Amino acid sequence: MTDQSLRPPIVNLALMPAMAPPADVRPSPLTWIKRNLFSTPFSGALTICFVLLAVWLLHQVLSFAILNAVWSGGREACRANPEGACWPFIAQKFDYLRYGAYPISERWRVDLTQAIGAILIAWLLWTKAPRRKLAAMLFFVFYPVAAFVLLRGVALLHLPVIDTMLWGGLLITLLMSIVGIVFSLPIGILLALGRRSDLPIVKAVCLTFIEVVRGVPFITVLFMANFMMPLFVPDYLTPDRLLRPLIAIALFSSAYMAEVVRAGLQAIPKGQYEAAKALGISYFDMMRLIVLPQALTIVIPSIVSTFIGLFKDTTLVAIVGIADFLKAVETARVDPSWAGPTISSTGYLFAGLVYWGFCFGMSRYSQSMERQLARGHKS
Amino acid sequence: MPQAVYTPRREAPGESVVAVELRDVNKWFGSFHALKNIKLSVPRGQRVVICGPSGSGKSTMIRCINHLEEHQSGEIIVNGKPVAQDLRRIDEVRSNVGMVFQHFNLFPHLTVLENCMLAPVWVRKMPRMAAEQLARHYLDRVKIAEKATNYPGQLSGGQQQRAAIARALCMNPRVMLFDEPTSALDPEMVKEVLDTMVSLASEGMTMLCVTHEMGFAREIADRVVFMDHGEIVEANTPHEFFANSRSERARQFLAQILK
Repeated sequence: MTDQSLRPPIVNLALMPAMAPPADVRPSPLTWIKRNLFSTPFSGALTICFVLLAVWLLHQVLSFAILNAVWSGGREACRANPEGACWPFIAQKFDYLRYGAYPISERWRVDLTQAIGAILIAWLLWTKAPRRKLAAMLFFVFYPVAAFVLLRGVALLHLPVIDTMLWGGLLITLLMSIVGIVFSLPIGILLALGRRSDLPIVKAVCLTFIEVVRGVPFITVLFMANFMMPLFVPDYLTPDRLLRPLIAIALFSSAYMAEVVRAGLQAIPKGQYEAAKALGISYFDMMRLIVLPQALTIVIPSIVSTFIGLFKDTTLVAIVGIADFLKAVETARVDPSWAGPTISSTGYLFAGLVYWGFCFGMSRYSQSMERQLARGHKS
Repeated sequence: MPQAVYTPRREAPGESVVAVELRDVNKWFGSFHALKNIKLSVPRGQRVVICGPSGSGKSTMIRCINHLEEHQSGEIIVNGKPVAQDLRRIDEVRSNVGMVFQHFNLFPHLTVLENCMLAPVWVRKMPRMAAEQLARHYLDRVKIAEKATNYPGQLSGGQQQRAAIARALCMNPRVMLFDEPTSALDPEMVKEVLDTMVSLASEGMTMLCVTHEMGFAREIADRVVFMDHGEIVEANTPHEFFANSRSERARQFLAQILK
């Protein structure tokens, strides 16, 4: 034992006090640029290429949508300008895009329904809001009834019945997505639990449903709902032509949702189930209080992806003759009285912006949810 | 009236004095014979330490007692009630048997306090106020009252295990099962958990504890059960077991762990 490092031995009797970290030295902007954007000639070249590409793209979009766009005036102004978007067209068709052929004198009913819906949804989604249980009650119990009464109408209340043939535009898109979202999550959860159940028949039924629905394109499901359901069900029980695709979309996305939820369930360690069982907690309470809250938190990104997919899939209902928002844009676009060089591009740009706005909103909300639920999980 | 919390559970007259009884219990995992004719009777208030080499069936045996594992033959009677298939019966048995796991298994999405309140509120249907009072009492007893509003992920291993003990105690169980409660802990945290268990034992709790802590066995056990290959090889007082175990297998095992 003649190791030089042991001589003299190290003995520290006093506790070394903790010191403050060195002052934060921020690199100057120039150093930052050098380090991150121009570290090698190749990376410098890439930076320049992509900046040029981005500038060019941005310029194209902005000059079409804003700089060269027609903001006021009428058809003639739009026809005269092949360079930019024709916003007066959107302004004039705006009501049609929102309501479809819903009678003009009754459109306040749609406004009211959507306003109540917006308030309730905001109340529910704002996690710090007071009395959210009441909000949930109102949204899931009171609101569907109110929406039905308002939108469809009840003659007894002096609200003329508006046939669903006349509904259209954003009204249909929002109705389809909200009904789809509200039903697909709980049905999906039940299907996922069923698929993992120990009861063989429940398991077989859920598995068959999920695999059949996922194995068929959504358009096929729509056609089946629309044309085949009336063949199997007696006339007086055949659901309304709007209700059929609604049911189809809810069931279709719940099959996808079931698989998303199952992924979350599988990520929960066996110990959590065992701890719950060992405390004498029943299956129902165990799932509700312990397993699902954790499983759903894990799969929030996938749940929202499914919602976003569902929202965009609602455009397919046009195939069975329902005038959703995109279909309304299509109809407006081919209006001969507005024929012009940029009418189609303007219509599609607007449609794109509207869809993107809703989807981006959902995505941002889910990110903030994830951050909120991540508290205390940093083990 | 927090005083009510301290009083030990009063037994109804004529109630069984045997807390846990296993009669010729057999269990197979597939074709593997995991428990072989297990016979064990634990009177109320007795502390039993179960030891043995890994894979000898110790954990399987105590997991059968609250039916986390299913036994295929024989009878298990807990607090006078048979553990059988009937789901409602099982939940009743389980709510009177506390269990502490090797990996704590706290619920990570709930605070320590909520972890402790969950079963009293949803199984015992206790009002929230009373459940919180009860939970705070037991958290205080395992000496982590100040961590009540933290999430399990923010606690050290020893603190998590003590929280898990408090969670089990909140159901006011008559029997406590410990499945290697200190095996997943850093060495410096073992003592705080063992101290909690010793204080529990000194209050007369019926305990079945699978552990490799032989010091603990010597200190509190009324009986040491040694298992090997799915059978009980020897069950004896700690003094007899450590001083002159009768079986060769037990002597070998002790030689391995008591260097």
